[in-house]
Amino acid sequence: MPLVFAGVCSHAPGIVNRAERADPAVREPFYKAFYEMGDAIRASGAEALMIIAAEHFGNFFMENMPAFAIGMADHYEGPIEDPDWMKIDRRQIPGNKDLSLRLIKGVMEEVDTAYAEEWKFDHGIMVPLNFLTPKYDMPVIPANINCQGPPLTPLHRAYAFGQAIRHAADALPEKIALVGTGGISHWPATPDSGKINEEWDREFLDKFLNNRKDELLAYSDVDTYKIAGQGGFEIRTFIAVAGATEGHKGKLWFYEPIPIFAVGCTVASMEVA
Amino acid sequence: MSLYYVQKLLYRLNRDDVTRRRFETDRENLLAEYELTDEEREAILKPDIGLLFVLGVNGQILMHYAGMCRYEWDDYLEAMREGVKKYGPVREGVYTITGYEGVPAHDETLKKRRTAAKGA
Repeated sequence: MPLVFAGVCSHAPGIVNRAERADPAVREPFYKAFYEMGDAIRASGAEALMIIAAEHFGNFFMENMPAFAIGMADHYEGPIEDPDWMKIDRRQIPGNKDLSLRLIKGVMEEVDTAYAEEWKFDHGIMVPLNFLTPKYDMPVIPANINCQGPPLTPLHRAYAFGQAIRHAADALPEKIALVGTGGISHWPATPDSGKINEEWDREFLDKFLNNRKDELLAYSDVDTYKIAGQGGFEIRTFIAVAGATEGHKGKLWFYEPIPIFAVGCTVASMEVA
Repeated sequence: MSLYYVQKLLYRLNRDDVTRRRFETDRENLLAEYELTDEEREAILKPDIGLLFVLGVNGQILMHYAGMCRYEWDDYLEAMREGVKKYGPVREGVYTITGYEGVPAHDETLKKRRTAAKGA
């Protein structure tokens, strides 16, 4: 079946673990949009949810850092962080090993991805799931792009990863939803935590939602770091979703900077056909 | 400087219960398995979160070590700022400081703008 849903969302841990410190006037509409994306994923008939994340040294470290990885297990665990810190209970999350295997085989025809039969989800996946599938009842296929430990995955390869996922998913009988999580501009876990470059974010979102490939791939990490912080490197997950929905446009469901969440909080979808 | 090994130890402490138990019961032997300078070793043991930040530890690793050492979020951010004041700019890794005004002032600006937008 062709891909049935594609979207992007933020994943900062503060969205859950510093919830009470945010202004409810912006927090509640953000949460609403997040939950609504979960409803849309269910309404699409998706049988599995693939999440392209930018994990933060939960499973992958500089001793053996893959540019890309896809999970291949019947179940996962998360959060890997202290559950008291994350404010999400540790639990098993369903996967689908057989579906993962077939998807990975398809992706590998175009992009050399690592695979992982074990994966402990960090906030990059747990925060989205907390809103998208709060009952943890939809099989998840985790994917990762190295956005943290330089040298980072080049942007055009992130786009190609998205294209490969699309081709592989379209060739399978199952209905798959795809969500990229990360960014946009932010300075997470540093003394500048809370800083957000809204102008840069909106400009990026405009390019993303109109799927202007050349402009998306023209960002440089040197400039992104200066203007959008090291968290800006996570645009790779959005760019992969743009690759998976090449030629299609999207819709912004929510964007507002929420400093205590340390990110411009974003929910958006892309047309898949 | 052996930033890689500092981060590797903290990464394992973040994710691995066995390493965390050894950090409690067999600390000397555990640390001996990593190539650390005296400065790095002391920063880990104290713990000196500010110095670890200046040494270049990635915040995505450091914030969990700070959490393990019972730092509250705001105290963690402050410890990094203090570290930069005391030891100077970050020496290695991906970080520089940008002169951010801080969350409360930033929140106030955004709130004013929202109120103005509603009134318009």
